[in-house]
Parts: sequence; C-alpha cells; structure tokens
Amino acid sequence: MSEKSDRDPYTTQVERASERELVLRRVFRAPPALVFDAMTKPEYMKRWWAPRSLGVTLFECTVDLRVGGGYRYVFGKEGQPQMAFTGVYKEVTPGKRVVYTQIFEPMREAGEGLITATYEPHEGGHTLLVQRELFPSKQVLDGTIASGMEKGMRETLDQLAELVAAEAR
Amino acid sequence: MVAIFTALSEPNRFRIFELLRGGERSVNEIGEKLDLSQPLVSKHLRSLKESGLVSVEPRARQRVYALRAKPLREMNDWLSRYRSIWDARFEAIDELLVELQEKKESPRERKKRS
Repeated sequence: MSEKSDRDPYTTQVERASERELVLRRVFRAPPALVFDAMTKPEYMKRWWAPRSLGVTLFECTVDLRVGGGYRYVFGKEGQPQMAFTGVYKEVTPGKRVVYTQIFEPMREAGEGLITATYEPHEGGHTLLVQRELFPSKQVLDGTIASGMEKGMRETLDQLAELVAAEAR
Repeated sequence: MVAIFTALSEPNRFRIFELLRGGERSVNEIGEKLDLSQPLVSKHLRSLKESGLVSVEPRARQRVYALRAKPLREMNDWLSRYRSIWDARFEAIDELLVELQEKKESPRERKKRS
C-alpha cells in the first residue's frame, strides 16, 4: 500500500511497508551532517516540527541526543490540553543514523513505537532521509489510521454544518 | 479501516485481493488461479466482503466478486494526510537548511557573490 503521488525524490514519499510499519522518504538539498543537525537539535526542531499549517504549537522540546538519553516534545492547540511525545535514544551515529523509541503520552498503554532515521548521501552532495516508523502493534497503526479517518470526517461534517448554516441565513 | 487491514493480514486473502485488483472474478476462477479449494476461497471472500473491501454480484449461476473503490480511497486519504503533515515539516526543513548553508559560507565567499 503506497501513496506515491510523485516519484520525484525531493517530494515526500510515504509507504505502509508492513502491517505495523510506515516508511517516509525524502531528499534534501544539503549534506547529511547538516540535515542530521536540522532534524535533531532542539533549537532547529522548534523551527519545523509544528509548521503553521498543522495548527499546533510546540511548547517544549528537550533533547538529550545520546544512547540512553531521552527527549520530550510537548505540543497542542492554543487553549486546549497539551499532549506529548516522549522516548529514549537507542542508537546515535551523528550525521548518519538515529534510532529512538516513541510513546504518545495520552496513549501510553498502547506501548512504544520504534523510529529509525537514516541520512544517506545522495547525488549532488544531497541527503536521502529514510524514516521507518514501527508502531507498537498492527492494532495501534490501524487505530491511528481509523482515528485519523474519524477526525477527517468530523472536520468535513463541521465544515458542511457551517456551510449549511451560512446558506440558511 | 481496522477491518480492512485485518482482512488483508491473512496471506491467502491478500492474494485474492491482489488478484481482484486485476478485475472481477468468480469463486471458481479465484480457486483455480490461486490453487485454493472452493470452500477456502468462499471463507476468505466472506471476510473480505465483511470488511467492505469486495462486493458480490450474482450473475447467471455464478457469484462474481469485485473490489470496492471506497475503502481503498479511505486508506489512501489517510496516508495522504499523514504525508501532508510531513510534507509541511520537510518544507520548513528545506528553508532552515538554506539558512544554515548560507551561515556556513565564509564571509569572503559571501562578499565575492554579492
């Protein structure tokens, strides 16, 4: 099951690689060491983790980038309860590879996911990022997909309700 | 959605699903192509049908099975949304990388360029 609207490696490719794994691929116009820093240093993460279009704010971002070190990202919508991702680094090879666990705190009992990010040299001095996200179980990935679906449907219904209300005026 | 992935997690059901991607088939055809017994094919088709992935239509003395487009679209929609979140993040990273590379250039190179 892949969703590849475009084969251009400079666009985001997403693939459901197995029943509990998603794989993201993307090429960046910068060398691996720099892409690695941009994606792992908290002062840089604050710049991209919560893009405006996502509608959430990153309130806190702490990173202790070494094997056994932890991280925590606290985020949410203004005026709503905050949520956090947290986890521990299992492998850190600067400029090349990071492996870390991930727990979504509101769903702690669902278990840990495991994320493996590799930064491979790509032609032109560029970098291919491959990010494998292994969900705690097939059920959690299915559930995530299902809840995303419901949310999408709710948003559509809300928009429809607004439209109908506007028309009725 | 959960039902879809559960349905596809069984290897023979996945083979049936893959076969139906090529077009509609009767139970007998599926059994022959995949070398599966007719009762087994019927059993798998039943769960594929319950998950909403396939539809069945009686035709002459046969029942013809086909894939339904909607559940597949739903799954693709979710992946597209997931992709668009990361797409937005990666675009912000692109901007950051341009900035970081400019900062790394030596002052002399910057002067030469301007």
